[in-house]
Amino acid sequence: MRFSKRTALVAGAATFALALAGCSGGGAPATSGEPEAGGDGETLQIALVSKGFQHQFWQAVRTGAEEAAEELGVEVTFEGPAAETEIDAQLQMLQAAIDRGPDAIGYAALDPQACIPLYEAAESAGIPIVEFDAGCESEYGQNLAATDSMAAGALAAQNMAELIGGEGQVGIVGHSQINSTGVERRDGFVEEIEANYPDIEIVDIQYGDGDHLRSADIAKAMIAAHPDLVGLYGTNEGSAIGIVNAVTELGLPAGELTIVGFDSGAAQVDAIRNGVMAGAITQDPIGIGRTVVENAVAAINGEELDDFTDTGSYWYDAENLEDPEIAAVLYE
Amino acid sequence: MSQTTQSPADAPSDEAVAKERGARAALWRKGLQQGLAFGTLVVLLLFFSIASNNFFTWSNISGILLATAVIGILALGTTFVITTGGIDLSIGTGMTLAAVMTGIVAVNLGLPLIFGVLAGIATGALMGLINGINVAYLKLPPFIATLAMMMVAQGLALVISGVRPIYFSGVPGFKDIALGTLIPSLPNAVLIMFILAAVAYFLLSKTVFGRYTVAIGSNEEATRLSGVNTNRWLVTIYTVAGVFTGIAGVVLAARLDSAQPQLGVGYELQAIAAVIIGGTSLLGGRGSIVGTLIGALIMSVLINGLRIMSIQTEWQNVVVGVVIAIAVFADSLRNRRGL
Repeated sequence: MRFSKRTALVAGAATFALALAGCSGGGAPATSGEPEAGGDGETLQIALVSKGFQHQFWQAVRTGAEEAAEELGVEVTFEGPAAETEIDAQLQMLQAAIDRGPDAIGYAALDPQACIPLYEAAESAGIPIVEFDAGCESEYGQNLAATDSMAAGALAAQNMAELIGGEGQVGIVGHSQINSTGVERRDGFVEEIEANYPDIEIVDIQYGDGDHLRSADIAKAMIAAHPDLVGLYGTNEGSAIGIVNAVTELGLPAGELTIVGFDSGAAQVDAIRNGVMAGAITQDPIGIGRTVVENAVAAINGEELDDFTDTGSYWYDAENLEDPEIAAVLYE
Repeated sequence: MSQTTQSPADAPSDEAVAKERGARAALWRKGLQQGLAFGTLVVLLLFFSIASNNFFTWSNISGILLATAVIGILALGTTFVITTGGIDLSIGTGMTLAAVMTGIVAVNLGLPLIFGVLAGIATGALMGLINGINVAYLKLPPFIATLAMMMVAQGLALVISGVRPIYFSGVPGFKDIALGTLIPSLPNAVLIMFILAAVAYFLLSKTVFGRYTVAIGSNEEATRLSGVNTNRWLVTIYTVAGVFTGIAGVVLAARLDSAQPQLGVGYELQAIAAVIIGGTSLLGGRGSIVGTLIGALIMSVLINGLRIMSIQTEWQNVVVGVVIAIAVFADSLRNRRGL
């Protein structure tokens, strides 16, 4: 009978859809330069496995990696899962990269422990691994090129505190309560406020997965729930733009609520220019991409690398937006 | 719904009475479902109003309505598909592809806005058409056909946009499609949702299209054997749902003033949940537009209320999940008792 079949289909629908959607990833590998067979040709092959692919931040990392690859005369591939929750899909990409046998691998771990067995596989295959953005808890990986996210969160807190005059209620729209950047940007902010600004109260922290629409609705609810709110902090581009959209939709005058954002992107830069957003923290994604490729080449050549390279974080606002050193780390 | 079998000796008048009773029972059940859903909505509104002083303000209510608009429009369209006993998983990423196409035409090609809007709606319709053909003629199970379309749409949205957002800042008036106020202090996106709900209500309950949608869901084989070209109607139904998806895409892009190619995954499940909470049967043969609208409102009132109360995000998900499970359980319980 038709119905029973359909019923059976429908029964597993929700879980199945989620599971499959997870595998559907936007992780088409992107190659720069001429494709070349195998890892033992004259051109060095470096496989980068990123945390993401679609987000502007990862595209900027990719740009930096490709620039460095061109300068150094090596080839890079760049891939990553569709969402930063897809740990499993990312591990499959890392496995595939090891199987391809490149000269080195650059890896940004979504989960610090799930990657350990694959690091062992890479070690026995003799492929060096350098790390970017987030490391794996294995001894085998070399140098982590990343932003110190706790320091970046604290920098956001210091600027927020200064802008609101050291007192009042603030809220946080986070992008993840699980992954390390989400956690550290939040904790860095919260710890800085608690340690140094006793008159500032963090009244609410909620998470919108970096989804612009959901973050906007969260920010609106926060503003409604806390009429005395003076500041909102968004921990990534999607969260920050969500706050900007909320304020615009509510018709609040620009600057009435102090908004501190994170990362860049055209919409955020615009919001800062026209005064809706006070300023934001930017990392140097292009620098991260460059550094990981340079480190990969150094590792292939057997050079000794430091454990950690802080690629830096910077406060930018309408004042210093055009400064060359800031403009260089902003991306569209 | 089936009444106790009549013996052939029974007088025809008895049969008529039984039929009448059956019809009345069906009507009563439909009323009960919507009554339950509506009651739930009222209880939620009362609860949150008491729990927080800041909940029942026009600013927040208008925020809730605006938050309902995109999911609500998706849910309205997909009500038709679910009423046929099908499912459409492609509406979330399909909406995103429609938004991207609007951006390509209105921003990248620089054509007048109206063409961008039409391109978005046409993209939705085309995806629906393909879904319909795959289901009706190629006999793919709806779940698989639309799952495939979900992935295709997700991939195409990324490829066509070049994996970056398209901003409409150079297109004056686009934002007003969602955020302008033709009716004072009511965002246009909400107005569009209510107008589409009226259209969908008319389609489902007052037209041949609606009757065949229900008939196919009740018994596709019997409908086909009685001379209806069910395949053609199925294609039409999926296409109509696609039009709603396209409109949702345009409204989404207008609200964000940008087409975000990575958005959309998971929206289909929220829309489907709204439809089911509203009393439309996943088995097909029974659909309610008013119910869908109430279902979508229940979802966003619940989420907004929990946010206003500063409940942790993790717990918000748990509560919403439990409410969906209870709603569907209540529905199946009613069916089992044959009310």
